[in-house]
Amino acid sequence: MAFKGQIVVDTDRCKGCGLCVEACPMHVIELSKHVNGKGYNYSEPVKEGCIGCASCALICPDGVISVYKVKC
Amino acid sequence: MAIMNQDIVKPENLVYTKTKVLTDAVMHYCPGCGHGTTHRIVAEVIDELGIQDKTVGIAPVGCSVLAYNYFDVDFEEAAHGRAPALATAVKRLNPDLYVFTYQGDGDLAAIGTAETIHACNRGENITMVFINNGIYGMTGGQMAPTTLVGMKSQTTPYGRNVERNGYPLRITELLATLPGTYYVTRQSVHTPAAVRKAKAAIKKGFENQKLKKGVSFIEILSSCNSGWKMTPVQANKWMEENMFPNYPVGDIKVDGKIVENVDINRIVVDHPLTVVNQ
Repeated sequence: MAFKGQIVVDTDRCKGCGLCVEACPMHVIELSKHVNGKGYNYSEPVKEGCIGCASCALICPDGVISVYKVKC
Repeated sequence: MAIMNQDIVKPENLVYTKTKVLTDAVMHYCPGCGHGTTHRIVAEVIDELGIQDKTVGIAPVGCSVLAYNYFDVDFEEAAHGRAPALATAVKRLNPDLYVFTYQGDGDLAAIGTAETIHACNRGENITMVFINNGIYGMTGGQMAPTTLVGMKSQTTPYGRNVERNGYPLRITELLATLPGTYYVTRQSVHTPAAVRKAKAAIKKGFENQKLKKGVSFIEILSSCNSGWKMTPVQANKWMEENMFPNYPVGDIKVDGKIVENVDINRIVVDHPLTVVNQ
């Protein structure tokens, strides 16, 4: 059984610390080239392959990541 | 470009989002600070136990002085270091409430040493969350009692010197020797697995308040990347390499008894730093 996930980042609140990039076991998160209103390079999912493990959301100090997961 | 799969993003597929016990206010902490993670797991525990309307938090002085802006529970602000004293009063006047203090190492282990030790020695029925990042973060990175030997800070620019500055204070081990503490543990929040363990420890700490057996003390090792002059990812790695040998992670006292194989009298505290910060 495999899972397919999708994260939604609250880009306005993200501070671009990069901990989620490091924590992601599938390496699908990167910091954006764009900045948010506070000038931080927010994180975003850039590749397919998210498994919805919520590691990024657990490590996020600002709680900006919501995780959705379906069986497939 | 960001990938967005709209078929998955539906309310019924949601597995994780910020708990409602945290307000929507943007935290003032530096990017990557462990305070934010710890706030979140404390809030999640309050949410899971369903005690939001029966919890009172005590905010300290330090980086987390504005904690009351972020928790959607009743909060009181204590004078510097006096959170355990205020928590004692709140708990004794309202024994049915869940009372927790949230303090940093400057607050709990330096100016508030007396309050901390006496509250723990009296065996007050409270939960204490202690964030140890080995530095005074809020005031600009001065040496704290918990600063490691050899570690650089604003007031120890050549590294902490034992002859001049003394040894790092391992207050968690010290408190574990007191009869009033019921649960003493040290956790960290540097990886997702560590966050889960820390959350379980905090949950146990809150549940212990029902037993009325004494203080539940949870130390959380946290990085202070701006104070240590590193990136958040580097700081977490540095913490794992240098903080963990001096502050071993794990339960120290469970159900009022010191855990076997834990040496609370360990004298060696000057484990050399792998890389000096700054």
